[in-house]
Amino acid sequence: MKITLRVWRQKGPEDEGRMVEYRLDDVSPDMSFLEMLDVLNEKLILEGEDPIAFDHDCREGICGMCSLVINGTPHGPEKATTTCQLHMRKFKDGDVITVEPWRAKAFPVIKDLVVDRSAFDKIIEAGGYISAPTGSAPDAHSVPVPKPAADAAFEAAECIGCGACVAACPNGSAMLFTAAKVTHLGLLPQGQPERYDRVVKMVEAHDEAGFGGCTVTGECTAACPKGIPLDTITRLNRDYLAATAGRRKKTR
Amino acid sequence: MAVTGAVLVLYLVAHMLGNLKVFFGPEEINEYAAWLRTIGSPVLHHEWFLWIMRVVLLASLILHITMAAQLTARARRARPARYRHRAKVQGSYAARTMRWGGVIIALFVIYHVLDLTTGTVHPEYEHGDVYGNLAADFAPERWYVTLFYVLAVVAVGFHLRHGLVSAVQSLGLSSPQRARALHLAASAFVVVLVAGYLSVPFAVTVGLVD
Amino acid sequence: MTDTFYTLGDPIADTKAPKGPIEERWSKRKFEAKLVNPANKRKKTVIVVGTGLAGGSAGATLAELGYKVIQFCFQDSPRRAHSIAAQGGINAAKNYRNDGDSVFRLFYDTVKGGDFRARESNVYRLAEISTQIIDQCVAQGVPFAREYGGLLDNRSFGGAQVSRTFYARGQTGQQLLLGAYQALMRQVDAGNVELHPRHEMLELVMVDGRARGVVVRNLVNGEIKTYTGDAVVLATGGYGNVFYLSTNAMGSNATAIWRAHKRGALFANPCFTQIHPTCIPVSGDHQSKLTLMSESLRNDGRVWVPVKAGDDRHPNDIPEAERDYYLERIYPAFGNLVPRDIASRAAKKVCDEGRGVGPGGRGVYLDFADAIKRMGIDAVKAKYGNLFDMYERITGENPYEVPMRIYPAVHYTMGGLWVDYDLQSTIPGLFVIGEANFSDHGANRLGASALMQGLADGYFVLPNTIGDYLATNNKLGEVPAEAVAEAESRVQAQIDKLLSIDGDRTVDSFHRELGHIMWEYCGMERTEEGLRKALQLIPALREEFWRRVKVPGSADDLNQSLEKAGRVADFLELAELMCIDALHRTESCGGHFRAESQDADGEAKRDDANFSYVAAWEWTGLGEPPVLHKEALEFEYVKPSQRSYK
Ligand SMILES: Cc1cc2nc3c(=O)[nH]c(=O)nc-3n(C[C@H](O)[C@H](O)[C@H](O)COP(=O)(O)OP(=O)(O)OC[C@H]3O[C@@H](n4cnc5c(N)ncnc54)[C@H](O)[C@@H]3O)c2cc1C
Ligand code: HEM
Ligand code: SF4
Ligand code: FES
Repeated sequence: MKITLRVWRQKGPEDEGRMVEYRLDDVSPDMSFLEMLDVLNEKLILEGEDPIAFDHDCREGICGMCSLVINGTPHGPEKATTTCQLHMRKFKDGDVITVEPWRAKAFPVIKDLVVDRSAFDKIIEAGGYISAPTGSAPDAHSVPVPKPAADAAFEAAECIGCGACVAACPNGSAMLFTAAKVTHLGLLPQGQPERYDRVVKMVEAHDEAGFGGCTVTGECTAACPKGIPLDTITRLNRDYLAATAGRRKKTR
Repeated sequence: MAVTGAVLVLYLVAHMLGNLKVFFGPEEINEYAAWLRTIGSPVLHHEWFLWIMRVVLLASLILHITMAAQLTARARRARPARYRHRAKVQGSYAARTMRWGGVIIALFVIYHVLDLTTGTVHPEYEHGDVYGNLAADFAPERWYVTLFYVLAVVAVGFHLRHGLVSAVQSLGLSSPQRARALHLAASAFVVVLVAGYLSVPFAVTVGLVD
Repeated sequence: MTDTFYTLGDPIADTKAPKGPIEERWSKRKFEAKLVNPANKRKKTVIVVGTGLAGGSAGATLAELGYKVIQFCFQDSPRRAHSIAAQGGINAAKNYRNDGDSVFRLFYDTVKGGDFRARESNVYRLAEISTQIIDQCVAQGVPFAREYGGLLDNRSFGGAQVSRTFYARGQTGQQLLLGAYQALMRQVDAGNVELHPRHEMLELVMVDGRARGVVVRNLVNGEIKTYTGDAVVLATGGYGNVFYLSTNAMGSNATAIWRAHKRGALFANPCFTQIHPTCIPVSGDHQSKLTLMSESLRNDGRVWVPVKAGDDRHPNDIPEAERDYYLERIYPAFGNLVPRDIASRAAKKVCDEGRGVGPGGRGVYLDFADAIKRMGIDAVKAKYGNLFDMYERITGENPYEVPMRIYPAVHYTMGGLWVDYDLQSTIPGLFVIGEANFSDHGANRLGASALMQGLADGYFVLPNTIGDYLATNNKLGEVPAEAVAEAESRVQAQIDKLLSIDGDRTVDSFHRELGHIMWEYCGMERTEEGLRKALQLIPALREEFWRRVKVPGSADDLNQSLEKAGRVADFLELAELMCIDALHRTESCGGHFRAESQDADGEAKRDDANFSYVAAWEWTGLGEPPVLHKEALEFEYVKPSQRSYK
């Protein structure tokens, strides 16, 4: 396959970036998208040019590190698939493909296609946990969890923290990411004591990080490689309203 | 947004029902319009209720728009650099047109008030004769006015379709089990509302009201 | 010994495990360990490198105890450590199924599964702690699979006779890691952990023979900086990427443990690597990593290759009579469910005979046609649907219609830095946990036991044992500036060298070539001849690397080529030690199969008389023969026996 790439190149956080065009004549349909970039990079290095920086690690769709906006869509055209699991057979010979980084103020570009997502860690840090110091746990069977709640919690917990939701959101909001964690922990009996405190702190951290406000446009779910459902956000809103309306006492 | 939006929705429903009175003839709708101005009397002075309503409405509208503007500004701040390649909408079309849709509706409302409330831009406005004003407004040769109304009402439909679902979600009232029902209900509501509104100019155009 | 590829040193022994009945040893050790006064804990700084299951759980727990923790990982967030990719599950001797499981049985299975090359005391402790791990994770909100009654579900895994594996769909590692990550972030919020993501450890700082700090490179701006403390914990994962292609993440590396090894920490059993039989085969030269397909597929799929070599007909056109279901033929009792190493080797053998299928002839069929006939397509879909989807996404083939192709791939490294019962390496103050140490798995790890070990080390073992070291070494004093300067200059020199060569080959091309050598000669089947060849090829490749490698860019910004170059440089040295270890161990055991040591049926033959020991290697300089220190293994509770799956 012949592929033309238009890639965002930016030397460093403070530099101006621009789109640069590259041509590849010998792309195998069996390659993954990132393997195609590997091939391009090998070529660039031997030509004495700077290879394209991009984030990736597991290449199995689970670590959440890969993060490319391909033809305007985070993680590219295939639904429920991370960039690293996208294969070139999804494209046609002769295609022109644009590749850009996640774009959000809270995700500043470090270099080329690599962005800084530490804002997500800040949101978790603010309250995305259950306080259960090591050694303090009762027997695992002391608290049964109804299967439907456990399954729903698991679905929300599947979030890989990639940030595609933010990249896709017209508001640059990270509400889906935040809501996924609020839902995961809020559905479990173990998560109840901190439930209302947690949601307030996490939303505050979300806003402080510079993410936009949620208007439930649903672009996030459409882009999410794990299909985190939009109603996690409803759940977050419900808990948030309950917490801020003072109907529940804060636990701390 | 959800709360001010709800006030506006209530108004839209009442307004639509009021408009339908046109089908019962000139007397009934004109009487209705006159009655609107006497609600609350003798406790309230003539037209006071209407003015209170107008104030609430205007306040809601302004708040609604202000908050929308703030969200938009925040969205701009949250994404200072735009994408070079704009993808097609993945979520819902209604959701992606809230902002432009809202602006168009606002412009429409201004025109609309000047047209049918104050008569400023109306060709042969006569105070108190709602029936006549409507008939004249949507006369077949003034098809462009009718078209504008139709477009505006459809825009309102889109705006509401997403607005309703979104409001329910913002208030945390939906759940996965009810999500489908919610979408269906919102769509049904919007279809009825749009149909109700459109029936009036349509009726004038085909000569049912004249 | 006529050979000079290594020399024999003094034996080494674990002095920390108490004697006495095995079930009392851990309690005894905890009681004997000195405690740090709570008021003093705040003044103790522990440096933790790595945020996987081992590092994440250790960092969180140490901070909860009151120590000051400084922690590093090379990814952009601690949540992305490679533990996230583990699929199958985690073992624990809860016996919730009442099927006869117990701590002793888990201990027994692990020692036996490790082919009698692990330390009994450690393995027993692991089994003992396993139950607490599940309690801890559930309390943190890890959403394990549950049954309708609301209690935890279990499954049997990797051929175990009891159902002791806890799981969260196919994402157990992810869920366990997120639990540890969240506990860690809670401590970051509390100000007890200072976290440095996108930092790579490149050197160990030592003072008076003790580990006192690390030199790290900030991967964003290239800054070289030293962090010091009272003890250093390495939790940096396995080194499977020495093979270039493996199921490990692209960034997984040996750098941290290798550089500690070069500072004096012994490296144990480096040649013990695990090959997983069910991975998606290589599709071409562009291949950058291999993807694991759950082992559970072998429960219903049938493995076969054409009878004739070079038969390139479409699999569906090959009649029954011309197919060889070789696992069922050779191992009628276990059939397609033989252990990982046996299934892997059998696949290699048929491919070597020219009967392999797919690109390059390196693959065998895993066929579900019979399962679909027997169970119906819907039942197959319900059971394996997501795996089939993943397979189709990667290969573009529909496994419901065309048999899957699978091939073995490197998956796990049992070897690692040598540690005693306290998980302390031979460098005082340097602790090693998780896959990075030589661990409790002997020569072969059982499925679902790595997660268990990582969390046991991090949540429960290290936090207890490190206190003993910190309490006994109470007056360590400041780290002298010369020690820091010396370590930093070594790091700087290597970076400068890499950038200055400006040769004509990319880092990846060297890595790929090294991978070929290792896979060919130090992979599933090893021979004296092959290993000797590898021991010539590797140093030559290393010499070429330092002459011809091209690393573009500069040292003071994000430079992924430079990061890779440093890692490959270490792999080029580690690979040699792996081959030396494999060459010296002339027996077959677990994941280490020496063609010279097999019985009449072609099964692995252990040599307990000569090799019942841990091989702990000492670094003596580049290209110099390393020194072998033997730790003799004693088996008081589980008597060594020969495996048989016929
Ligand atoms: C595909 C796959 C599936 C698996 N499935 C299972 C399973 O079902 N059950 C099971 O029990 N086991 C399984 N395993 C094995 C298990 O996942 C690993 O052995 C285990 O998770 C290792 O954990 P760890 O904490 O030791 O290391 P890792 O999780 O690899 O963490 C290493 C950490 O060290 C950091 N690091 C590394 N080098 C440096 C450096 N130089 N400087 C700074 N930081 C550094 C990394 O950033 C990372 O944070 C699987 C493994 C793979 C690859
Ligand atoms: C085809 C559809 C519509 C028709 C025929 C119609 C007709 C009218 C008429 C006749 C009046 C004047 C009533 C009076 O003076 O008592 C009026 C007022 C008004 N209409 Fe509409 N309308 C339509 C759609 C809408 C829509 C979609 C909106 C809102 C988005 C809207 C908002 C208003 C407002 C705000 C007023 C002024 C109320 C006041 O201040 O008294 N109308 N409309
Ligand atoms: S919610 Fe989905 S898109 Fe957002 S971070 Fe999580 S996995 Fe990625
Ligand atoms: S590289 Fe890990 S999810 Fe894509």
